[in-house]
Amino acid sequence: MSGDMDWSGRWNHIKRLLERTGPFAHPDFEPSSEILGFMQDSCKILVIGAGGLGCELLKDLALMGFRDIHVIDMDTIDVSNLNRQFLFRPKDVGSPKADVAATFVNARVPGCKVTAHYAKIQDYDEPFYSGFHILVCGLDSIVARRWINGMLIGLLRYEDGQLDQSSIIPLVDGGTEGFKGNARVVLPGMTACVECTLDLYPPQINFPLCTIAHTPRLPEHCIEYVRILLWPKEEPFGAGVGIDGDDPKHINWILQKSQDRAEEYNIIGITYRLTQGVVKRIIPAVASTNAVIAAACATEVFKLASSCCQPLNNYMNFNDTEGVYTYTFEAQKREDCLLCSNAPQTLTFTESDKLQDVITFLIESNTYQMKSPGITTSAHGKNKTLYMQTVKSIEERTRENLKKTLKELGLRSGQELYVADVTTPSAVTFTLNLASHMEMGADSENTVAN
Amino acid sequence: MAETKGSGLDKNNKYDRQLRLWGDHGQSALEAARVCLINATATGTEILKNVILPGIGSFTIVDGHKVRGEDVGNNFFLLADSIGKSRAQVATELLGELNDDVTGNFVEESVETLLESNPDYFSTFSVVVAINLHEKALLQLGGVLWEKNIPLLVCRCYGFIGYLRLAVREHTIVESHPDSALEDLRLDRPFPGLQTFCDSLNMETMTKKEHGHTPWLVLLYKYVQEWKKTHDGQIPKNYKEKNMLKEMIRKGIRQNEEGVPELEENFDEAVTHVNSALVTTRIPSEVQALFDDPCCTNINSESKTFWILCRALHDFVHNEGNGDLPLRGTIPDMTSDSERYIQLQNVYREQAATDMTAIRNRVHALLQSLGRDEPVFVDPKVSHSSPCGAVSDNEIKTFCRNAAFLRLVRCRSLAEEYGTNTVNKDELNMHLESEEGDDLLFYILLRGVDRFYDEYNRYPGRDNSDVEPDIPKLKTCLTKLLHDWGLSGTVKEDYIHEMCRYGASEVHSIASYMGGVVAQEVIKILTTQFVPINNTYVYNGFLQTSTTVQL
Repeated sequence: MSGDMDWSGRWNHIKRLLERTGPFAHPDFEPSSEILGFMQDSCKILVIGAGGLGCELLKDLALMGFRDIHVIDMDTIDVSNLNRQFLFRPKDVGSPKADVAATFVNARVPGCKVTAHYAKIQDYDEPFYSGFHILVCGLDSIVARRWINGMLIGLLRYEDGQLDQSSIIPLVDGGTEGFKGNARVVLPGMTACVECTLDLYPPQINFPLCTIAHTPRLPEHCIEYVRILLWPKEEPFGAGVGIDGDDPKHINWILQKSQDRAEEYNIIGITYRLTQGVVKRIIPAVASTNAVIAAACATEVFKLASSCCQPLNNYMNFNDTEGVYTYTFEAQKREDCLLCSNAPQTLTFTESDKLQDVITFLIESNTYQMKSPGITTSAHGKNKTLYMQTVKSIEERTRENLKKTLKELGLRSGQELYVADVTTPSAVTFTLNLASHMEMGADSENTVAN
Repeated sequence: MAETKGSGLDKNNKYDRQLRLWGDHGQSALEAARVCLINATATGTEILKNVILPGIGSFTIVDGHKVRGEDVGNNFFLLADSIGKSRAQVATELLGELNDDVTGNFVEESVETLLESNPDYFSTFSVVVAINLHEKALLQLGGVLWEKNIPLLVCRCYGFIGYLRLAVREHTIVESHPDSALEDLRLDRPFPGLQTFCDSLNMETMTKKEHGHTPWLVLLYKYVQEWKKTHDGQIPKNYKEKNMLKEMIRKGIRQNEEGVPELEENFDEAVTHVNSALVTTRIPSEVQALFDDPCCTNINSESKTFWILCRALHDFVHNEGNGDLPLRGTIPDMTSDSERYIQLQNVYREQAATDMTAIRNRVHALLQSLGRDEPVFVDPKVSHSSPCGAVSDNEIKTFCRNAAFLRLVRCRSLAEEYGTNTVNKDELNMHLESEEGDDLLFYILLRGVDRFYDEYNRYPGRDNSDVEPDIPKLKTCLTKLLHDWGLSGTVKEDYIHEMCRYGASEVHSIASYMGGVVAQEVIKILTTQFVPINNTYVYNGFLQTSTTVQL
């Protein structure tokens, strides 16, 4: 079957790596002409994201011999994608990225069968994800990366505490910003996962609300004032109409109002470009960096699928602002990682701490960096929701609990708390450790007990 | 010829994500550029793709090859039914579809023929990218371009290895966009405007709100002045002294009636910034090297604008600047009320404007003394040309703002790299002798397989059965090569074996990686922003590492 679409010499280049061994090959590597057949006919790859990295990845993987490729993306094509997302043309603006990208690659590379999913990653569950041999991520969202990472860790099977190797689905992950990027390989349960290395992601910069409201100093402060405070108050395009960062009318309104405010404080430097940048939180992007990072990821997928070479161990940083610089290192697996360690997780608080303190801790802690955690517990065999932000009716019903102390909520030491958050596909279980004030020494802040 | 016309899309929109990196003037430079690619291999078309997307003016492919089956296998810009057709033509057509704003041309000729028939052909390009050239043609092309001062990028992908060489005589950069630059605050040598402003603020008489909203820059200035009084006019120099200053600052925090310190964020910020803000203002070594360069000391009527600006900068430093570069004129954001922050910002801006005016006067005086009444090249989109002409105020302003970040790249020529007497044998020997594996060994191996090709008219490991027997043959070639360089070491057998395994294969993902790297270097050259490599970059795809050396 794999030969139908082929012409003489088509795979000459990669065959040299697959049909010969060398000193840097994986110890298990057995060179043979069947490896290409496996990659073409059996190996199923999922590409997550059909944007700057995704377009490159699809091209790279198709030309590296992979045929059964799926791509998932929830976005449609915007004009500002065309400077790098090379599978899209002006006529495609407005169409789903996944569909257009898949159609293009299938037409260009004979025999390649890219299946498009115009959907969110959260629309699919375990049976979908477990059907792939390797996942490759080209995402601009840390939350989505964490969710996928959580999904793959959830798929791991353990027998008598031993990890079942056949349940491991490798994750190759790339990210770019301007002239910087990184590529990494995660063998879930074996090497550092996304959650183990959360501290590698820089914290998002938010201006304090009091600065925005009372003491603006930068043009950005003025724009944020209009975006956060003025827009909901004035509702310039009708009640309930949110800001559309791609609608020039919206941006122009914000620009005008920001300029008024800037003038009041003698602040200079507000432009259309800056306004749109702040409103949409635009990250600069160029074709070249995406090409580099996607290619590094595709090389890793090729190594993992064929064993013709040892995979990256396990993280590479790239920056070509000054010269071309790479830094490759082994990110360390956390022995107490919330997701991949299998170690019991403990939350230590005092009886007089309030539920809000627990929520705040889960959000602000460097280790957890959750977004909007909801907490459930079980008492007397029944599940009880303590707080949940994501469903409006439940939020209203449970909001009062935030002000209550853990004692008032009837929580006891050793009780299990189930924490759900957008950063993980399923709830994480914590054991509550309720310490009295005496036990909480001055230097023992809320940390995870091992 | 694949002529295309404009897409009609709003370029501000289409190029938004990159305009935020190199600005409208960088984009104009790209759109004016003519890029030449020699050999449309997978690596070649990937490089072009990544410069066509951001919108260079035009590209031209020079390639005398016909498309083969294996070319289509690893190249996204060739089709199965183009086998047997001109590779230059097919690639030009498919690449042209990427961006309607870019014009594509091709010449169906080998570089060897073209160099013979019309060596001047290449002189019209802004930059030339050459893929997989053999040594003779490479050195010939390198010589022609060196003579004409046209930047040449040489690239090659071989198995898991990528190689890039930049050959440019002189490349000057004003906007190098350093990732992490120290602020230019002059707390060690405050200028009069800063002194006047800070001295006008009296901490004692401030309201509670004013006290807690006085910018840390002002606080630091005041405490440094106090420190100087008892330390012979010196700023805190070492760790211990800086800690003492921090303690002084902490004592300045107001206390409430019960004697408990108030929460004053500005004081916390002042303490945090002691180490980074209290630095000695000095001329960076890169800039000092520019001042000492003969191009700066001996300017003449032919000098590039950059060098005239450098000379004016140098003269400013030794006169109006009292030893310092012009003030950058920006301050970081800090806790403050709006009014005093803006005032402080203006204090820095005004001094920067004064410095800029002094330099502008010097530039114009220099130009006049050189008889340069004719305007030198000024990008019309960038400049609001002053009547005095030659160099626009905007250009001078950008130069002043970046005075601490000016950079110069001068590469060695290919002729020097390949010359038996001029080869950088010390560098090569160092890598040869390094204990653990070293990516630069693959440079030596690439030179080795070229020698192998000269001898056997094929690369080692062409067929599967060649791999083992070719290892000793390649080893012999390497020994000869190293002997010619006057080196006695050998390349590890593992590396030789791996090289034979590759059999000169061009793997798409490696080609695509280098396609991104080389395109970025082309963009740096064309925009004269950011800093290109000097001069050789080797990428190791099996370890995902890379290295840069001067050869």
